[in-house]
Amino acid sequence: MSTLLSLALFLVAVAAGGWALRFAGQKATGNAPGFRDMPFAVAFGYVFGASLLVFSVWYFFQPTQTDAGVPNAGVVFFRWAVQFFIVSAVAAFLFRALGRSVGTKGSRKLFRQMPLTASFGVLVVILYAFTAVFAAWLAPHGQEEIFAKVNVLPGGNAATGGDPLHPLGTDQIGRDLLSRLIYGAQNTVGIAFVTTCLAFFLGGSLGFLAATLQGWLDQVLSRAVDVLMAIPSLIFALLLMTIASAWAGSERWLLTVYMIIIIAVIDSTRVFRLARAVGLNIVVMDYIEAAKLRGEGLGYLIFKEILPNATAPLLAEFGLRFCFVFLTIASLSFLGVGIQPPLADWGTMVRDSAQFINFAAFSPLTAALPLLAAGAIALLTVGVNFVVDWMLHRSSGLKE
Amino acid sequence: MHSIIRIILQRLALGLLTLFVVSVVIFTAVNMLPGDFAQAILGQGATPEAVDAIRKDLGLDQPPVTRYFQWLGGALQGDLGNSFAQANFASFVGADSGVRTTVAQQIAPRFANTMFLAAVTACIAVPVSLVLGILAALFRNSVFDRATNVTTLTSISSPEFFLAYVLILFLAVLNPMLPSLSNIFEGMSFGERLEKTLLPALTLTLVVTAHMMRMTRAAIINLLASPYIEMARLKGMSPMRVIVKHALPNALAPIINVIALNLAYLITGVVVVEVVFVYPGIGQLFVDSVKIRDIPVVQACCLIFAAAYILLNLLADILSILSNPRLRHPK
Repeated sequence: MSTLLSLALFLVAVAAGGWALRFAGQKATGNAPGFRDMPFAVAFGYVFGASLLVFSVWYFFQPTQTDAGVPNAGVVFFRWAVQFFIVSAVAAFLFRALGRSVGTKGSRKLFRQMPLTASFGVLVVILYAFTAVFAAWLAPHGQEEIFAKVNVLPGGNAATGGDPLHPLGTDQIGRDLLSRLIYGAQNTVGIAFVTTCLAFFLGGSLGFLAATLQGWLDQVLSRAVDVLMAIPSLIFALLLMTIASAWAGSERWLLTVYMIIIIAVIDSTRVFRLARAVGLNIVVMDYIEAAKLRGEGLGYLIFKEILPNATAPLLAEFGLRFCFVFLTIASLSFLGVGIQPPLADWGTMVRDSAQFINFAAFSPLTAALPLLAAGAIALLTVGVNFVVDWMLHRSSGLKE
Repeated sequence: MHSIIRIILQRLALGLLTLFVVSVVIFTAVNMLPGDFAQAILGQGATPEAVDAIRKDLGLDQPPVTRYFQWLGGALQGDLGNSFAQANFASFVGADSGVRTTVAQQIAPRFANTMFLAAVTACIAVPVSLVLGILAALFRNSVFDRATNVTTLTSISSPEFFLAYVLILFLAVLNPMLPSLSNIFEGMSFGERLEKTLLPALTLTLVVTAHMMRMTRAAIINLLASPYIEMARLKGMSPMRVIVKHALPNALAPIINVIALNLAYLITGVVVVEVVFVYPGIGQLFVDSVKIRDIPVVQACCLIFAAAYILLNLLADILSILSNPRLRHPK
């Protein structure tokens, strides 16, 4: 209750400050238009933002430990968050500056128009792709390698239960967590990528086929997709995974294959809708008519005439679809029915280490472990979404 | 007026048809399971007689089509069958107490809990997203707009469990204000219940607010180029009044639509959040039943989720028709 009361008091103080700021500004500038026409909400916003900024700076420089040596966990997490934010902003800025001066004329122009968020997204995607491809060289140990020391704490400091060999510690059966985090990029991202490609292949080809042939095939496919889309996708995926787990039996890798197929089929319904809608707009064009009169076959029509003209919307959809697939796989793994051990995977890592979060007040580094794995998932989807958002903004030509 | 009722009836019939087909899909999918439950519970050393007896008791000896119509007929009367996991096999040793947990009994309290969670979330999320959306449209392209844009995009694209654990870290572990476990039981007072529900509700709010807020902003900004907005501006109205009195009523159709869709998401997308907070809702029950392959419960949960999803989509459809005169009077 006291927190609510202090929050209300803070808001009242900010409101009073906003009013005072506007009043003082009007007096000081002799009622110049800038302050005269300022709505109260804007003044409120300025004071609110300024007080948050002052509080953040003050909080950032609080000591990280109390006198008794107990870590002040709130400050530690806040510092990490601020440092991460600053580092990523600087990295995005430098990356954009690099892109503006290096490369072909077209790529330089692209980088010149890019907002900071989009360049951050591109940077994140490149970093993840690099980690995924070179995981075997980047990771200090193998993903299934088991060490004698179990439950080593993160930090690498032998005095606090760490081990310099394992910077992030080991899990309950002695596998190196840093290596598993790095291999997670390969498994989680790789499987999501394969699934999305499969979904696009299925949905895209069927959608274009329905748009070109129309008639009964279009009707059958569209109604089937309607029914599949009427079941919430995560629920349907869970239901089908139940069946798949019974089929797979003790073959763990088979379950992963089934999962790829199941999620690809469920997500291909969304791709089908888009491909069919885009395709229907293209098949009425004159050049399709001309190609048909020339006597071109179905394959030529779809791959040489429709596909090149549908690339832009499909590419943006690919980014969004990848995010959905990636999040679905992560959620399934988190619920325990997705990617199966011994493959390292972020969703499973979050589930396994979730209880560490309760130790945050004593050992912030230990508590950061589940957040690190969950954050690795979040960072990639956020990055892809930033890029897709910018692409959509560019293609829609929204200026307002 | 007559045509509206006809359109609504058409949509309703279509929704019912979809639900029927969905139930067939669910039933078929579940019946693709290899082996059956009778064998699974008795293990490898089961005598054929015992397996047959349990099969007969659970009705597994009937052909699939008969079972489907029995199941559907029962579901329509609110009888979703008996849970396999809690079935009482004492009758085989002659000590049947006659007490059985039906699926409906298992689901009903949990369904109420989930609806409570969804309602609390909606009560927070809808007003917040409307206000934020209007403010972002009002101060478009300002620092405030950019900041909300980036924040909402981040919270849309993060997985639910990431948001949930961040909230747990800050609101339950570092500053112990709210409980991180939602152990809700019968006979709790409303205040206690609300306190335990608040953290999962806040997590869901973060997820849905972003989407609704962005749609509100986009819907309002779409209208700002219209002549009547220009007129309102030229006669000297304040920007806030222009948006609230002239733009908002016309932007209501897409906003209502996206709110209904997000409510559909709330009822179905709660699975992960319920698991994180151990909230005794229908999503948790569903995941648990999936793990132990309790088929009647899985079927029933799936059907309920699908029904809620279809119903809310239908509602969104009908509301958008009602709020748009051009759709209300088709040529």
